[in-house]
Parts: sequence; C-alpha cells; structure tokens
Amino acid sequence: MDKNILLQTKIGDLFVTHPYTKDFFTDHLIPYIGKENKTIEDFFKYLDLEIIEDKAINIELFINSLVEYIELMSTYFVSEKETKNTVTIYPGLHKNGTPENFDFIEITKGEIISIVGPTGSGKSRLLADIEWAANGDTPTKRKILINGRTLEPHERFSASNKLVAQLSQNMNFVMDLSVYDFLDLHASSRMVEDKEDMIKKIFDKANHLAGEQFSKDTPITELSGGQSRALMIADTAILSKSPIILIDEIENAGIDRKKALELLVSEDKIVLMSTHDPILALMGDKRIVIKNGGIDKIIITTKEERNILGKLEELDKTMMSMRNKLRHGEKIIFEEEL
Amino acid sequence: MDLITVSGPPSSGKTSILLRTIENFIKRNIKVGVVKFDCLFTDDDILFAKLGIPVKKGLSGSLCPDHYFVSNIEEVVEWGLKEKVDILITESAGLCNRCSPYIKEIKAVCVIDNLSGINTPKKIGPMLKSADIVVITKGDIVSQAEREVFTMKVQSVNPKATIMHVNGLNGQGAFELSTFIHNDQVHVETLEGRTLRYPMPAALCSYCLGETRIGKAHQMGNVRKIDLSDKNG
Repeated sequence: MDKNILLQTKIGDLFVTHPYTKDFFTDHLIPYIGKENKTIEDFFKYLDLEIIEDKAINIELFINSLVEYIELMSTYFVSEKETKNTVTIYPGLHKNGTPENFDFIEITKGEIISIVGPTGSGKSRLLADIEWAANGDTPTKRKILINGRTLEPHERFSASNKLVAQLSQNMNFVMDLSVYDFLDLHASSRMVEDKEDMIKKIFDKANHLAGEQFSKDTPITELSGGQSRALMIADTAILSKSPIILIDEIENAGIDRKKALELLVSEDKIVLMSTHDPILALMGDKRIVIKNGGIDKIIITTKEERNILGKLEELDKTMMSMRNKLRHGEKIIFEEEL
Repeated sequence: MDLITVSGPPSSGKTSILLRTIENFIKRNIKVGVVKFDCLFTDDDILFAKLGIPVKKGLSGSLCPDHYFVSNIEEVVEWGLKEKVDILITESAGLCNRCSPYIKEIKAVCVIDNLSGINTPKKIGPMLKSADIVVITKGDIVSQAEREVFTMKVQSVNPKATIMHVNGLNGQGAFELSTFIHNDQVHVETLEGRTLRYPMPAALCSYCLGETRIGKAHQMGNVRKIDLSDKNG
C-alpha cells in the first residue's frame, strides 16, 4: 500500500480492509480507540505529546513499519504458490578441507532420509546448511538447491517462510495454555481459514500417536513427554508451513514412531531424521553417513535391511505391549511375550 | 571500523550468541573488540577475553545504564580505533524496557528468547521495535509451534527487521548471523554529531539525586502519580 494513500485512510476503514492491522496498532500501544473515524494522518497530528513520549511512539517509524507490515502480510497470503518438492545437496568440504565424495543428493517430497554419525561429526552443520539453504557461503561450502535452484537472499532469511521446522526430544511446551487454546493461537498466527477443522484434525492425530489419550482442556505444560511429542508432531505436520522437517533424536519419545513418520510423509513433508535407532534409521529410504565434519557416504536401504526392520518392529511391539502392561498394573510373563 | 550495538533483556543469551558469532569472525581473520555494559556486576568480559580478543567492561553502578552507555559510547569508539579492530561490538542489557541504546545508521541487534513469553515482544518497546536484526534464542527447547507464534509476534512489532534463530549453545545459526551483522564497507571514525534512534525516558526527580525518604514532602522535579481512582475499575 502506498504511504500517502495509507495516511489518508480512516483507521476504522483500514481495520476493515486489513483486519490484522488492528493487532498491529494494539501491539504498538497506539491509543486508537474512539478515534476510528479519523484518518491516520489526522490521528497522529492531534496525538497528545505526553502520550507519544509515554508510550515510546515514534510516529515516522510506526507509519513506515505499518507500510512494511501490510506488505509483509500480503506476501504471506500468496507465498504458497510454489510448493517445495525437492532438496538437492551439492558436495562441499570436510572439516580438514578435503572435498566430499559424492555427486549430489536429491531428496523428494514424501521421502525419509536418516542422518547417522557420531556426536560432533558435523550433523548440526549439515542441518544448518539445509535450514539456511547454503549457497557455498557456509564453512562447509556446500550448496543446497530447492526445486533445482538456489534461493534468493530474501527467501533464505525470511522469518515467515522458513524452510525448516525442527522437532527434538529436548523441546517442551512453555506456554500457559490449554491444548485447544494453544492450537487456536497457532492456527490464528498462521491465518488459516478453516481453523476449527484444522484444530480438530491435529487434536485427533495427536491422540492417535500418543500412548495415552488427552483432552482439549489439558494445559499443554501438563502433558506427558509422549503426549507432548505427539502433539508437537501432529501440529508440525499439519499446521507448520515449512516444507522440510528436521527430526533430532526422537528415540525415547514414548509415541508410535512409525505412525508419526507416516503422518509427516502423508502431509507431503520432506523428512530428515538424525538418529541412531535402527528402527527409525531403516524406515528411511536413504541414510546419509557423516564423518569428520562431512558427508562420508550415502547408503540406500536394502531389501535385507527392510527384512531386518520387520523383525526389529516385532521386538519393538513386544516392548510396547510390556510397557502398556506395566502401565496398567499387570504382571509380565517374559517367555509368553517372546 | 564497523560498529555494532547489541542489546536485549537480561539472560536472553546475548553473550553466548556473541561468543559463537565472534568465533566465526576469528576464523575469517577479522579482528573483533567487545565492550560489555552492565549495571552492577559482570564476568562476561573474561569469556570474551578467552577468545583472545580485546575487551573492556563498563559498570553503570548508580547511574541509569542506558544513559551511561550514551555518555561513554564516543570514548568506546576511540578505544576500538586505538585497538585497530575491524569490528567493535557493544553489548548492553535493556534493563527498563523503555530505553534503547541504538544509534541512527549504526547496526542495531536485539537478542530475545523464546522462553520470555508471547507478550514480551510488545513489552520491550524501542529496543525491539527499532532493531535492524532480531536474534531469537533458546529455540531448541520450545516447540516448533511456539517458535512460529513467537516469531510472528516479533514480526508484528518490528516488520522491518531480519529475524534470525540462533542457538547460543551449539552455535547453529551463528555463522549466518556473522555474515549479516558485519558490513566491511562501514567505517565509523567518530560518533560526534550522531543521534539516538529513540529519546531516552525523562527522569530527573529527587530520587535521582540520592533521596531515600518516602513521602510527598521529599519529592521534587519530574514526579508522576499512579492513577488509583475508581473510574476504570
């Protein structure tokens, strides 16, 4: 919106045409209430000096910010026109400066890639390269292409269109809200239209993943570890705009990991998972092996490995059922279970 | 010499972020100097010194910390020039949320953390509103949704800023920040004649001058009374 046009717009009219600007006025402590029929220019012209000083209002900065904000929000509504389908990693350097030995790695929507390697081997750096869509300008000199092209700087560093969403078992909920209010807040901040449907969908999926059911009235900070993780995964899969999900160690998360991955993939996410859990690693289509700060090799999950996965999953199921028995106060008879 | 002013609420992670970022400058052979401003006490200068860079600290003691900052920044710049650093970084805590130590045309960075609550962006005022870069920390311990909501709240207070998520513990994002905050085309020789982005709040009353007694009889100068009448309640 042109600044001069904006200045001549009545505050109340602006709230009607651009509803989110009302919060913007409120967040900037602008005392507009009762003055909605004034144009923005007149409103500030007659604003009491003491109020300006008291609320730390800088009129010029506020108006410029308002113009920027309207611009930003309008890009926010249309920016989903390009879906991100592929991520391509081009080789860079190991920590000691030798080049990485692969041509390129292409990851497609709906694929699951595991990242394995000892602690400190360079996993975080790879994840950061992907997060910032490195363009030969990070310490590894790797290049990350999205949909086959390098991103423009404004795309790489846009806070509202972040490429990557992250999940890890160190993450906790910190807000003082019930499950429903929390989902409502997130959905509102994303400005989705079918909010109630979205909330219901996430809530149902989260309960589907969690070992123990929870209600919409539960404060999010009171959820168990497994329930929190389930809600985080369902919420990230369905409501987060980021096309790529980085998962860092969800081994002991107390949720149905297979269902969790299926949910993420079914929502068309590109899933990268840093893990040492054989079940999770083998669920991946490929494994990226990290060593000495660089990508050492890429292993494609073989048929034999898939067969092993079946056995591992049976073992895992046994563990799960024993866990459930314990939870419900039953006795465990080992031989029978095996 | 490039000058960067960094501020943010206490314990938001300013020092950790700067340490990780400076490590990246050192790797690129860029010489950095730091001046740490604080109120009563800080040991952070030792952490900076461990990186082998020139560092000074300034404690405001009984003075308003941001006023102390402005009264000293010119000398701080002279010190940086004398040390022949490529980048001089000042770090100060925004203690009253109304002040901001940012100077026009000097890169201003605000550090704020995900744990501080979703209303914090609104509360912080000029320090956040007028920053060029907002660094959000502690994202590794809150959920993706909370990070997204918090980012939106920051964006609604300062839509112009570049918002970055940096992890002060493992340094994820610090390299990217280092490429953002430094512009080698900026050469600050003096701050004489420059102005602050925001005026600092007025305060000159008897308590500024050391009065300790309570009661109307002892209050002089810029005094304002809280509204305790029934009209709003």
